[in-house]
Amino acid sequence: MLMKLPMKETLMIVALAVAVLLLMQVMGTAYGVRVLVEASCYAIIALGLTIQWGYAGLFNAGIMGFVAIGGFSAMLLTFPVNQSFWESELSGELGVAVLKLVAAVALVYAVLQLHRIKVPRSIRLPITLIVMATLYLWVVNGFAPVTQGIVSQHGFIGGLGLPVWAGWLVGGILAGTVAYFIGHICLGLRSDYLAIATLGVAEIIKAFLKNSDWLTRGTLTVSPLPWPVPGASEVGFVMARALYLSVTAVLIAIIFYLLHRAYNGPWGRMMRAIRDNELSSSAMGKDVNQRRLEVFVLGCILMGIGGAALATFNGIFDPNGYLPLNHTFLIWVMVILGGPGNNLGTIFGAVFVYVIWVMSEPVALFILNSISYLGDMWFAWEAPSDFSSRALQARVFTIGLIITLVLRYAPKGLFPEKVQHHH
Amino acid sequence: MNELVFFINNVVISGLTIGSIYALGAVGITLIFSILRFAHFAHADLMTLGAFFAFFLTAMFPAVGPALGLPTAFVMLPLAMAMTALAAVYIDKGFYKPLRRHGVKPIVIVMASLGVTLMLQGLIRMFMGTSSRSMYIDDRKGIHRIELPFDLANRPIVLTDPQIIIILLLVVIVIALHLFLTRTRLGKAMRAMSDNPDLARVSGINTDTVVKVTWIIAGSLAAIAGTMLSLDVSLKPDLSFHLLLPIFAAAIVGGVGHPYGALAGGFVIGFAETLSVFNWAVLLRPWRDYLWFDLPATLAFVPSEYKITVPFFILLAILVWRPTGLFKGKVL
Repeated sequence: MLMKLPMKETLMIVALAVAVLLLMQVMGTAYGVRVLVEASCYAIIALGLTIQWGYAGLFNAGIMGFVAIGGFSAMLLTFPVNQSFWESELSGELGVAVLKLVAAVALVYAVLQLHRIKVPRSIRLPITLIVMATLYLWVVNGFAPVTQGIVSQHGFIGGLGLPVWAGWLVGGILAGTVAYFIGHICLGLRSDYLAIATLGVAEIIKAFLKNSDWLTRGTLTVSPLPWPVPGASEVGFVMARALYLSVTAVLIAIIFYLLHRAYNGPWGRMMRAIRDNELSSSAMGKDVNQRRLEVFVLGCILMGIGGAALATFNGIFDPNGYLPLNHTFLIWVMVILGGPGNNLGTIFGAVFVYVIWVMSEPVALFILNSISYLGDMWFAWEAPSDFSSRALQARVFTIGLIITLVLRYAPKGLFPEKVQHHH
Repeated sequence: MNELVFFINNVVISGLTIGSIYALGAVGITLIFSILRFAHFAHADLMTLGAFFAFFLTAMFPAVGPALGLPTAFVMLPLAMAMTALAAVYIDKGFYKPLRRHGVKPIVIVMASLGVTLMLQGLIRMFMGTSSRSMYIDDRKGIHRIELPFDLANRPIVLTDPQIIIILLLVVIVIALHLFLTRTRLGKAMRAMSDNPDLARVSGINTDTVVKVTWIIAGSLAAIAGTMLSLDVSLKPDLSFHLLLPIFAAAIVGGVGHPYGALAGGFVIGFAETLSVFNWAVLLRPWRDYLWFDLPATLAFVPSEYKITVPFFILLAILVWRPTGLFKGKVL
């Protein structure tokens, strides 16, 4: 049976394709392919958000943090090995410091289990606090000399020299692990708390990556990261980027297929039931918090993978480059504009919004420059000199405006979620 | 004794100052949370907006302050408060009220407030640029050095004008807010609506007025906090970024929907921040010979670049051990 193509969706996709072709014509093919690759990386991240928000109604305000974890892991696993560090004594000392950390975590865990042997609460709390403070100082003082030594002698610990796919995979796993702990604490509470907590954790991840010079070189940035496909120096810009695009496209296709199956399967039905009526689904015997944790971790894994793909494509790991604006709210706009809960809509939204995003800066700058030119000509008005940085701020405003307008006038997005009913 | 003076200057005074500012923000958040039942993410930007209104007024009438012997921005505060309150009421009217009327889930309004955050940030930076400014135009920050009367301490206790003003102002505001909430009809209506909005509506309370008053109070308090903070430090467009987590942490630590809890939470967060970045080595130095370890030059719990993590970890600890907050908040 041939499925009838939905008119509206087809038209929009064709229009988008034409817009992308136009972009390639105007700005050059290499630039156009670059925008497409970046959009595809953002699409992976956006798919992670669409299952959190669209499938399960979870508000993740800290996407940037999970994207940064993905980028960090791509850097750490794939960057060439720093032999001078591993052959020095510092690697052993670092191992000791890490062992101290592991021991401290184990001890804290043990102390938290004291209630099992019936220690009264009034004693437990002071013990926990004292043990945690002592262990914290012990671990910090264990790390400080080692990390200082690494920075002064070897720059940073270097990468592990593993293949790129390992870096992406571990990026997903690391992001998922962090998400597990955050979700474990916050998902049982009101949904606003998850937003606040994720917002905080993203900032902390960034602060950690930025200030841990021994691990990430901090503001000095790490580059170039190896690519999974031949680079521009071997096959030329357009070809290299097109090869990269094919890798991310295959990745998206796999993720899309799996998510599509999951959405239409019993698991997806259950998720929507929890989203739409938490009370009745818990009355049906569904473990609401456990399911939410599941989908939250899954979404964050996708964000980690997308972040890793993005960092690898850019070829540089720069902790300062992770901005909540680009990596959190842009993704939000992609998802709510494209249609939360609709995977095709999300991918459409990712490409559409990203094209607007990259084009808005030159356009805004052009408009502002014309205004200042006309103002200067007609009224002898002296325009402020930092126009380019102010034009960037127009983006911030636009993103905020789009979020509020979409929520108000098109809460289901351009591609509304289609719930299939089986009779 | 000099060490003690150092402690007072760096922990007691700065903790009180920053704690008061967090407390004012947290009271606004907690009021909005209890009346409108959503986490207002744009609150820190409302504070920044208030500070920028005060800055505008200062730039327009720079001579007012020196004539009265007070910082100009402080003299202009009532006007800035009114402008911020008005902005808050209209933001609600334009962006949150339509959503409320649609009957969306609270989390969607939270998202809209994030959109408002971005819009305010974009507007402020577009018009004011991204550099930081001083709130003092024609006047200078008054700094008071209090010499201690005994010989052991030869360092003075240092207090600045904005620090004195904010601490005194907080006392006045707390008393006024307490009287308002317990003695006036409107205050009682607010409390009734926070307890049970439906019951409040059917018993004839005009919920629209209550919502408006909530925004006016929250906006005015935000303007005070933002202005005083930028008087004390400097006016930066990314002020809101450094305020958002602490004020939310303060509101949750105090128990959401609990104005007095928010006050306490503000001070808990403020002191936790200053204590954790404080260099304890200074206090321990007199006992250096009796310690069993070598005293390092700096001994702080948290390096100052990680200061932003402190409120977050307090928040997490509270969420784990006592999600209702110290004072048993109502809304969870």
